[in-house]
Amino acid sequence: MTFLMAVLVGVLYAAGIYLMLRRSMVKVIFGLIFLGHAANLMIFTVGRLTKGAPAFVPEGATGIAEPFADPLPQALILTAIVIGFGVQAFTIVLFKRTYLTLGTEDLDDMTSTDQLPGGKS
Amino acid sequence: MNRMLMLPVLLPLATAILMLLFHGKVVLQRILGVLSTTLLGITAGFLLQGVLQEGTLALQIGGWEAPFGITFVADTLATIMVAITAMIGFTTALYSIGTINREREHYFYYPLMQLLLLGINGAFMTGDIFNLYVWFEVMLISSFVLLVLGSRPQQLEGAIKYVTLNLLSSAIFLAAVGILYGMTGTLNMADLAVRIPLIEHRELLTVVAVLFLVTFGVKSAIFPLFFWLPASYHTPPIAVSAIFAGLLTKVGVYAIIRFFTTIFTSTDAALVHQLLLWSGGFTMVVGVLGAVAQYDVRKLLSFHIVSQIGYMIFAIAIQSPLAIAAGLFYMLHNIVAKTNLFYMSGLMKRLGGSYNLRDIGGIYRTYPLFGLLFLVPALGLAGIPPLSGFWAKLLVIRAGLEAGEWLLVGIALGVSMLTLFSMIKIWNEGFWKEHPVSSHDFSTSVYHHQSMLNKSMIIAPIVLLGLVTTVFGFWFEPFFTMADHTAQELLDPANYIESVRGGAR
Repeated sequence: MTFLMAVLVGVLYAAGIYLMLRRSMVKVIFGLIFLGHAANLMIFTVGRLTKGAPAFVPEGATGIAEPFADPLPQALILTAIVIGFGVQAFTIVLFKRTYLTLGTEDLDDMTSTDQLPGGKS
Repeated sequence: MNRMLMLPVLLPLATAILMLLFHGKVVLQRILGVLSTTLLGITAGFLLQGVLQEGTLALQIGGWEAPFGITFVADTLATIMVAITAMIGFTTALYSIGTINREREHYFYYPLMQLLLLGINGAFMTGDIFNLYVWFEVMLISSFVLLVLGSRPQQLEGAIKYVTLNLLSSAIFLAAVGILYGMTGTLNMADLAVRIPLIEHRELLTVVAVLFLVTFGVKSAIFPLFFWLPASYHTPPIAVSAIFAGLLTKVGVYAIIRFFTTIFTSTDAALVHQLLLWSGGFTMVVGVLGAVAQYDVRKLLSFHIVSQIGYMIFAIAIQSPLAIAAGLFYMLHNIVAKTNLFYMSGLMKRLGGSYNLRDIGGIYRTYPLFGLLFLVPALGLAGIPPLSGFWAKLLVIRAGLEAGEWLLVGIALGVSMLTLFSMIKIWNEGFWKEHPVSSHDFSTSVYHHQSMLNKSMIIAPIVLLGLVTTVFGFWFEPFFTMADHTAQELLDPANYIESVRGGAR
């Protein structure tokens, strides 16, 4: 199981970085989303995968026996998903607005803020 | 006393909510902004007094004992940073009144500014690395919106670069937090400091440390991760540029200090400290060379942010008590001087009609006092005695010499000359030479047509921060004592760990 997850995380990272290196804005957004998912799954995996053992204290007992699934990585991922959702929504709107304003979605055309004023491109 | 630790976060949050309730009542929002940042300053003063008297304070939120809950920690470093944030927040609140146009004010400019301060203060106060990630996101999302507010093509283009690279660094941060949790089973900074020396897989630890370095390297704009900064910082209105320039990159530097003194000591991550040292050197050189080539004042200053970060990183990487104190003092001096220079560039635009140095000139002849106001932060930044930059650079260079880093000290001195050169360039082109349009009449400038109130709102922050730069220079001793005290505290984290882990009852 851990091995499968590791492969999945690796594939997501590779796909995310490949997409971010493309010149199209849409692909950059997908790249960012993939990277976010890859990070979330990685937290889940390195926090130890434990199947079928929720972290509930049985009735009458004062503690639980190992192994049990650590709830903290899941809480972290939930928070990260919520934040990621908000930020990605903003990014999509920003990219769309940029496309409408500049009339291009090729990132190589967006160099005007890097050039010297009055200089030749 | 401990409950006061929440105030630096609660004040901006409450103010932002209050402002949103008074949507459309711009004048009220302006007053609230000034009022709230003043209160923030007073709070920070009380906190600083408390921390200096009683040592590090910790608040366990919700009564969950460390390391299980989220802890807010005020040590001297965090409190000083909150105090300086309050000061920059206050001056920017004033400056915004004089410079931000009605349209932006109506589209939630003031609440966003408060939310930005909320994120920055949260990042300084928290003692939990995942919570730090959350505060970084709060800060980032507010800065994204402030950056694009107004949506001019330039702003959107700059924002694309800023947003993409910062989101990439957040993804790396998140992954690094996850791996570190998998290795240690804790997220609390004090607890991490205890458990990290016990980890067996030292190689994996180095990997995590480098991931954190890349994350904070992007946020604090060190070489070779700084390219988003000069591409975006000159695009928003000057009040926004100024607060970004003063505070945002320094939050990254703060995180580097926190992580690579308290959590990862130099034996835990020797590679990172070596990387930091050389990255600091390259950051200084590349930043200043970028600046020398520029004629747009805002771009010139943006490249200077990068260059100055290099000095701080260099000092932090040396890790001796004197070096850390030097890095801290440098950061305080730089926040004040840099923000002030950005305010000044806004004033120059309003007088001369352009940010391009080739198109303006002659300000000194008509307004000699503004020349003086410019020279204080400019010479301060370049390091002319007795202003604050002189002491900051002296300390960094002394620490470098004591550590035997001859080459990097040489670089630092050379870069200092080029800094002076580019400041003199602004002076020559903007203030000294004749205006290129010989018939240019300053009485038709934008500044001249502003109301008395708006004029004073532009001048007051410049005068205030100029005074602070002068005070840092002439009464250097108490500030250095405080920086030295902070450095001792950082390099011996036992007290920090004790306050956090033993603080809960």
